[in-house]
Amino acid sequence: MIELVGLTKRYGEKVAVDGLTFSVRPGIVTGFLGPNGAGKSTTMRMILGLDRPTAGDVRIDGRHYDQLKDPLTYIGALLDAKAVHGGRSAYHHLLCLAQSNGIPDRRVAEVLDTVGLTAVAKKKAKGFSYGMGQRLGIAAALLGDPQILMFDEPVNGLDPEGIHWIRNLMKSLAAQGRTVFVSSHLMSEMALTADHLVVIGQGRLLADTSMAGFIRQNSRSYVRIRSPQRERLVDVLHEAGITVVEAGGGTLEVEGGKAERIGELAARYGVVLHELSPQQASLEEAFMQLTAESVEYHAHAGPMEVPQDWGAGWKGA
Amino acid sequence: MIEAVGLTKRYGDKTAVYNLSFQVRPGSVTGFLGPNGSGKSTTMRMILGLDNPTSGTVTIGGYPYRKLPNAPRQVGALLDAKAVHGGRAARSHLLSLAQLSGIPARRVDEVLRVVGLQDVAKKRSKGFSLGMGQRLGIAAALLGDPQVLLFDEPVNGLDPEGILWVRNLMKALAAEGRTVFVSSHLMSEMALTADHLIVIGRGQLLADMSVTDFISANSADFARVRTPDSEPQLREKLSSALTEAGGHVLPEQDGALRVTGLPLPRISDLAHEADVRLWELSPHQASLEEAYMRMTQGAVDYRSTIDQKAGLQQPLPPGAQPPMPVPGQGQPGWYAPPPPQQAGQPFTAPTPPSGPYGGAPAGAYGAPGAPGAPSAGAPNPYAAPAPQGQPPVAPAQPPAAAPAPAASAPAPADPTQPKDAR
Amino acid sequence: MAAVQVIRSEWTKIRSVASTVWTLSLTVVVTVALGTLISALSRSQYDRMPVRERLSFDPTVISFAGMTLGQLAMIVFGVLVVSNEYGTGTIRVSLAAVPQRGTFLFSKIAVAAALALAVGMVTGFAAFFLGQAMLGSLGTKIGEPGVLRAVIGSGLYMALIAMFSMGVAAMLRSAMLSLGILMPFFFLISNILGNVDATKKIGRYLPDQAGSRIMQVVPRIGDDTPYGPWGGLGIMVLWVIAALAGGYALLRKRDA
Repeated sequence: MIELVGLTKRYGEKVAVDGLTFSVRPGIVTGFLGPNGAGKSTTMRMILGLDRPTAGDVRIDGRHYDQLKDPLTYIGALLDAKAVHGGRSAYHHLLCLAQSNGIPDRRVAEVLDTVGLTAVAKKKAKGFSYGMGQRLGIAAALLGDPQILMFDEPVNGLDPEGIHWIRNLMKSLAAQGRTVFVSSHLMSEMALTADHLVVIGQGRLLADTSMAGFIRQNSRSYVRIRSPQRERLVDVLHEAGITVVEAGGGTLEVEGGKAERIGELAARYGVVLHELSPQQASLEEAFMQLTAESVEYHAHAGPMEVPQDWGAGWKGA
Repeated sequence: MIEAVGLTKRYGDKTAVYNLSFQVRPGSVTGFLGPNGSGKSTTMRMILGLDNPTSGTVTIGGYPYRKLPNAPRQVGALLDAKAVHGGRAARSHLLSLAQLSGIPARRVDEVLRVVGLQDVAKKRSKGFSLGMGQRLGIAAALLGDPQVLLFDEPVNGLDPEGILWVRNLMKALAAEGRTVFVSSHLMSEMALTADHLIVIGRGQLLADMSVTDFISANSADFARVRTPDSEPQLREKLSSALTEAGGHVLPEQDGALRVTGLPLPRISDLAHEADVRLWELSPHQASLEEAYMRMTQGAVDYRSTIDQKAGLQQPLPPGAQPPMPVPGQGQPGWYAPPPPQQAGQPFTAPTPPSGPYGGAPAGAYGAPGAPGAPSAGAPNPYAAPAPQGQPPVAPAQPPAAAPAPAASAPAPADPTQPKDAR
Repeated sequence: MAAVQVIRSEWTKIRSVASTVWTLSLTVVVTVALGTLISALSRSQYDRMPVRERLSFDPTVISFAGMTLGQLAMIVFGVLVVSNEYGTGTIRVSLAAVPQRGTFLFSKIAVAAALALAVGMVTGFAAFFLGQAMLGSLGTKIGEPGVLRAVIGSGLYMALIAMFSMGVAAMLRSAMLSLGILMPFFFLISNILGNVDATKKIGRYLPDQAGSRIMQVVPRIGDDTPYGPWGGLGIMVLWVIAALAGGYALLRKRDA
């Protein structure tokens, strides 16, 4: 369990994190989302006692980070894949960390095996690809078999096999009752991994809610229907006070999550349905909706305006 | 149009790319997929004339890159976001590129605006984040307003807004009739962006087809069916009726049924005959990731395995580790055995319908290709002090799969050197 | 957090990078080789020396002549031990593992200083014996008054130079910056200040000038240095303490 209370960080005039209060609970994967510059990394560094909060408090299982004895056995973190001395081997990198927290040496070989780096364990880290560095960072996080795990952009640089692996790893860690806190920019990936979401923008908490709740609140959901008896179905639904919209290709759409009710109505009036599928917007859409105002870098020309814009100034010249 | 014919590249006795022939056509976004070390980057470098093929040819618009007249105005590429001199300002970097190929300076400001870097144009790129570096690389690719664009992992380091922007940018470029060739490891992203796919594994072509065909060819479509929550007997009734009619039914975690082998109208009829009301009847296509995994499982270089944790068990001082809230309490092992239906190899499951990504959290901790997850119901396998009597059996590979390395190899069992280790 | 664990970890860290090996071996090789060479030259030049110089001829100091250059490698060692953590970003991983920043910094410095001391002692004794062998009849013996003190002192001096560099690197974090300040300081500025009459009085309180007093056995003629061999080393220790205290204070205060 990670608890933040009124956590604030200022750098001079600029407020990076502004009064964040939330808890990360065990047993689920909690996603940590926000645009670039929203304060995610600063928050994670403060959780690990690396940056000092200007105000507020963050506790790990009720204690401050520097009060933890052998902290790696409480919380393991992946912050930056490249935080390895290039001249040191993967094995020695992990060995230093293990020794500093009284973790037995043979655990190092185990985590190397877990992340699939055994074959390159003795190689210097400077020859590692980003993906391999990422695996090494994950190995370091798992080293102390901690109850709390924190990952910053864990899938960066991994190939699909690695992405699939880390996703299942996080889910199984949560299923074992551990606390898993993960930040990512990949909404589609998050949608598959996280159960709960904490969203921040410009250092402030924007949402702290379940994944399903987040999508429901921040986007449109509807039910798509296909039926060989379309006219009759429209009548039946109309009768019941449900608004139906023609959506082309012979499909009908009904706003909101009313699939159950439509199914019951169709059964009662003997209307055959060939499709009755509740549709939800993607996490990405919901996220964009929520954070639209707190994005730092905007690409200017929208996608569809690009063509006119392009080269207009010089093509003729 | 990019065209490769019999493209082969050897480094010493290691073959990075072998006899690759494909075309990347204009007007659509073509995704370029493959595991790490499969030869994607080498292929891209050969397309751009940076590496010489050992044999075969690759041409852009009919010319090899080096013979292309005014190449920078015809081809734009993003290969490595950090390939910028750190001490140079973003604008100077682009300006020097523009001057090399006779592009007017005002075009530089144009592309800086397009990628949203106009405010930091005068700043040294040393201080740029990965995402900003990526935008600068994209600006460089767009500089010559080229007809052919190559992007290697373009969304790396971008935030959600940037990812959406790149996706729409690529689609817009293709819609203008340009040739867009994109490599990525993010299947979910590719599924949203690409129209066509070229998949390679160990330097050889595995697939060259549209995204929809690729998914259908490599995985099974299914229907999700939900019956009223309040009446579980209806679910049983429907389940047996569907099975009787030749369908394959699997329960999902939330109580819905995953049905394969029956078209939706038929399911609807069967439900009607069995007098079962439906609350949901929706068509689903498997994910691109699932299809991709099935196809490339033999061609992966790095494999992750199960965390054994033997190293942690004895020497820990009493009370240092809180007890694990796992099912099967009292056992010294750390991980619970996987729940029954997820046991076994996710990708080599004999019945295609038991897709491993269907929302149920996979119990197995290891990655695909890890030692066969122990059979269901067995006591916690990791607790066993000595290897169990039965060694993990490498399951039979489905015929569609490429020849797989020994499935129990915990580390790169690949005969070819992993790219990353070079 | 048991300091023993952290010390073990720091020992693994220090022995698992190549820079430790090459900086320390360079220290030994340069100091010993140069000392031997200069000793041999001094012997052949002795007859042509002015009387004044012959009177203050100090065979012990002559055999340590290579240290002027050899200490630079020791400075590189000290700087890299600390700044490697910053240059690679490992500092975050390290401080997450050992949040007690004092324990972290001083364990690191203790391990590196112990290693530097061992290497310094080896260097000192090797340079002394080889130098004396070259000096032949002009040489001195380890049993002569003050000589053993000077030889052991040379090892201590090396260790203190390394520690001073670690303190500076802990304050500045960047290897480039630290070396850019320390190298010219010890190689040029200190020498210039110490040899120009106007600044001599200040120059002799600089860490290297004060510390190297311990290696002198025969007093120079007209030497009015207000401190003795151990007093000089004491001044150097104060410098080291100041550098380390500064490094610790900044590490405590700063965000990692």
